Amino acid sequence: MVVYNSVLDLIGKTPIVDVSQLSPNPNVRILAKLESANPAGSVKDRVAASMIAAAEEEGSLTPGRTLIEPSSGNTGIALAMICRVRGYHLKIVLPDNVTEERRAALEAFGAEIIRSPAAEGSNGAVRMAQQLADDNPDWVFLYQYGNNANPQAHFDSTGPEILADVPEITHFVAGLGTSGTLMGVGTYLKENKPEVQVYAVEPPSGEQVEGLRSLDDGYVPPVFEKWGGADLLDGKRIVRPLESLEWARRLVNETGIFAGPSAGAALAGAAKVAAQIDSGTIVFVVSDGGWKYLSTGAYTGELGDGADSLSDVIYF
Amino acid sequence: MSQISVRLPTVLRPAAGGNTTVDVDGSSVGQVVNSLIAEYPSLESNLVDDEGAIRKFVNVYVNDEDIRYLQKLETPVSEGDEVAILPAVAGG
Repeated sequence: MVVYNSVLDLIGKTPIVDVSQLSPNPNVRILAKLESANPAGSVKDRVAASMIAAAEEEGSLTPGRTLIEPSSGNTGIALAMICRVRGYHLKIVLPDNVTEERRAALEAFGAEIIRSPAAEGSNGAVRMAQQLADDNPDWVFLYQYGNNANPQAHFDSTGPEILADVPEITHFVAGLGTSGTLMGVGTYLKENKPEVQVYAVEPPSGEQVEGLRSLDDGYVPPVFEKWGGADLLDGKRIVRPLESLEWARRLVNETGIFAGPSAGAALAGAAKVAAQIDSGTIVFVVSDGGWKYLSTGAYTGELGDGADSLSDVIYF
Repeated sequence: MSQISVRLPTVLRPAAGGNTTVDVDGSSVGQVVNSLIAEYPSLESNLVDDEGAIRKFVNVYVNDEDIRYLQKLETPVSEGDEVAILPAVAGG
């Protein structure tokens, strides 16, 4: 047994589980990378730790400082855990349309929540955080969407872990979000095994952002552009709430892995790829567990009702 | 030429007579976009840039796949395919 000095030492080195019983093609293995095993419960622990370490190293983050960050939940929760350990104040700009569990988890870790309008979704939270950071120059704004330490965390840890555990990997599938996971892992895999194909899944965006005034208010994460996302990706597909939930339920019912809806979306994408290729080994990312979505009723009752309630919240 | 149903985002519906979906002719995404603009000229500046490429904050999907990773505007479409236009938004 190893005794760890800090909960932060538990970030990363996540396990991979074979869930090929869910593969529609007997010649294609599907493997789940359980980022839900990170201490604050999501893939974002790696990103938060990496961004904070980088800011401490360059001297912009010093003891007692206040951080501000827009997050629909997981990045905020990860930052909140680390800020507790490292002694920073944290303010999270959180869209109103997230699950109650995400809000409660942030509060449990002592983060201050600044609410942003549900109708503007994550774009609105990003805009508000940028404005607040401009107005309060003494606050530290890590800005996950543009911070190189975000994809770098995945280039340095998630990617190497996957290739070491699954040298036979042929395809990698993950949710888009800030694009940090896809850019970091994708770049690492292609540099070390160029034939690996990298696929993104994303939720349908349109109906959730009624507050969008024009398409010019749209948003492409700077991380995606800096890391050449348009050239790196081999495909990008929308997975709807119904299909995401259907696969998240199959994951828990048939393999016992309790994952969030975005993991269901990634698995749906993996299954689509599996059906289109002759043979191969697909690794997909389980970004978080299902715990933070229980209040939506997504995992019990009629699938359609669960999908309807998921459509009202941000789950990526 | 096939008739293709194009789904528009909320923000573009006022420029398209308030319609959620519009049926237009085309055998490629480029032709579909041109037909759409011919019918509703004020959509042009929203959808394409000066060089005729799809604008940065606009994502176009055929059967839920982003055409940037297919054959872009040359992506073929046929009867029954669904084209959707959606704004790029943040996640995370």
